[in-house]
Amino acid sequence: MKVAQELTKEEMVDLYRKMQLIRVFEEQAGSQYMRGKIRGFLHLYIGEEAIAAGAISALGPDDYVITHYRDHGHALARGMDPKLAMAELFGRATGSSKGKGGSMHLFDASINFMGGYAIVGGQLPIATGLALAEQYKGTNNVVLCFLGDGALNEGEFHEAMNIAAIWHLPVIFFCENNLYGMGSPVGDVFAVKEIYRMAEVYEMPGKRIDGMDVLAVREAMTEVVDWVRSGNGPYFVEGMCYRFRGHSMADPSEYRHKDDEEYWKTKDPITALRRKLIGDQIVAESDLNDIDLEVEELINEAVQFADESPEPDLSTLYDDILG
Amino acid sequence: MAEITYREALTHGLKEAMDTDDRVFIMGEDIGAYGGAYAVTKGFLEHYGPKRIMDTPIAESGFTGAGVGAAMAGLRPVVELMTINFSLLALDQLVNHAAKIRYMSAGQFTVPLLVRTVTGGGAGLAATHSQNFENWYASVPGMTVAVPSTPYDALGLLRESFKHEDPVLLAEHALLYRLKGEVPDEWYTVPFGQADVKRRGSDVTLVAYSRMVHVALDAAQLLAARGVEAEVIDLRSLRPLDMETIYESVKKTGRVAVVEEAWRTGGFSAELASQVQEECFDYLDGPVARVNGEDVPQPYAINLERASIPDAQKVVDTLASVIGV
Ligand SMILES: Cc1ncc(C[n+]2csc(CCOP(=O)(O)OP(=O)(O)O)c2C)c(N)n1
Ligand SMILES: [Mg+2]
Repeated sequence: MKVAQELTKEEMVDLYRKMQLIRVFEEQAGSQYMRGKIRGFLHLYIGEEAIAAGAISALGPDDYVITHYRDHGHALARGMDPKLAMAELFGRATGSSKGKGGSMHLFDASINFMGGYAIVGGQLPIATGLALAEQYKGTNNVVLCFLGDGALNEGEFHEAMNIAAIWHLPVIFFCENNLYGMGSPVGDVFAVKEIYRMAEVYEMPGKRIDGMDVLAVREAMTEVVDWVRSGNGPYFVEGMCYRFRGHSMADPSEYRHKDDEEYWKTKDPITALRRKLIGDQIVAESDLNDIDLEVEELINEAVQFADESPEPDLSTLYDDILG
Repeated sequence: MAEITYREALTHGLKEAMDTDDRVFIMGEDIGAYGGAYAVTKGFLEHYGPKRIMDTPIAESGFTGAGVGAAMAGLRPVVELMTINFSLLALDQLVNHAAKIRYMSAGQFTVPLLVRTVTGGGAGLAATHSQNFENWYASVPGMTVAVPSTPYDALGLLRESFKHEDPVLLAEHALLYRLKGEVPDEWYTVPFGQADVKRRGSDVTLVAYSRMVHVALDAAQLLAARGVEAEVIDLRSLRPLDMETIYESVKKTGRVAVVEEAWRTGGFSAELASQVQEECFDYLDGPVARVNGEDVPQPYAINLERASIPDAQKVVDTLASVIGV
């Protein structure tokens, strides 16, 4: 693991708490889906927590986050109340979008969480627009845009990269390379093997980082965010990672090798940080156990809140189509 | 063959085409190793190999356009667009190119491309993943749009597509894949532009397509309990469109409602209503009623979602309020 000397103990513990929050939220979401409380597609972020937690922690409150449909982790890392997120997954009136958006379309204006976008690639041009607005207004805010490796294949990716580059927009494209888009290995569907080198084509800087190591993600992103905030234009980051579950709850993941799955599980980002914090005597194991319990409690409360919340009123069907 | 599912009918039809015509090949996202998002091509990669079962990148415009080109060059590509929502990314290739090339080249080139895609809502997938655009495509000259509601029609229309020399959009409904139905052993096709009268009745005509055919049939049951006999017509294709069957029925019943899952504004129901009033004005005992999906982005919450999609009760209620049946 990275040393990340500049991080305080509190910051490291916070990264642990964020990752654990996402993990437990997702595990609960999975079991609530099995119980029929959540419907439709449910894409879990389990295994990839280090990216959302590490990258988003490098941002300031006025920066923007925008992402794809595997969005719970990013929303929670950005600070969405797990109650609002869980209630949204349950389709309840108290959810972040009053039950209208569901799992793939989370939004939270209060924390500049600009949404989960379920059409692959759709968020990328929008991210350039957010960045354009900040540049136009003369702020030094940045946009952090997540994409899956699958989105690399869409024309919108290349269009957005080009636009960001020619206009020097303050946007960071963070590709979560979890090696698969649904059942397709990235190497079978994308011509460029070292994905971070896509940046070169558009003459912007790019780097590949270990997306399973939250401290490495945080350290790299602190630099990247500084660079973009200083007016140097866009940046492309590739985080290597792995989703521990299927593409969605409906996917038994038969196309992946057991060995690979086992290998990646040994790199579990939460276990790794836990081991480091205890091993380096930064935090006592009992303190981490306390955090685990707190998180467990928080998510149980979120589930209870969601479950006890009412369905949206039928009269709201036509609300919010236009202002 | 007896009872098979809608999915099995499609699988069967694709295999048949693959087995009998080596110009046929299939392209699409995760149709190979993954077996297709709706499992229609499960096992195909193992059986036919990667030359004919091509997993594509998530690049709808790219591989649909490749389908257009391959069709112009003499092959019979089948492009699977995982859902009709994603077909919007291929809209340019479909509308500006596939549907126009024969005309613009004065018949020098044809585009015998079959685009299979999945339409419809009701699966809890919310606004971006629950749409119906088959009616949009049906407004494009040069395009053929087939909308099967049963396993029989799914196979028949699929077979017809392979005989066709121009682009066909086959819109399969997401909620129908498990529907079972009789399919004969003898070879048959379902010609485009030939509606099917699903139920005879003399009091009111219900026109529907795709999953809404089943809703219309359910509504007919509710009406029958009240002594109203509905005639239910399944369009089976939107372009070409069999208006004759509708006119014949309306001239008999004098009352008609169109049941459609797509949004009301700009819905295909408006097209049908317009044609019916032009042709049958003197036969009508009331306005043409339209039962459409609500004009809202489809919400996720189950109660709102249900309220946004027509059901049998809504058909009955609309008939009562619009025509007084
Ligand atoms: C335009 C479009 N095409 C296809 C899909 C169906 N689809 C949803 S997720 C997905 C795979 C995306 O993979 P990736 O971007 O790598 O994200 P991951 O699931 O690995 O996080 C596909 C093909 C879609 N939602 N949008
Ligand atoms: Mg991926």
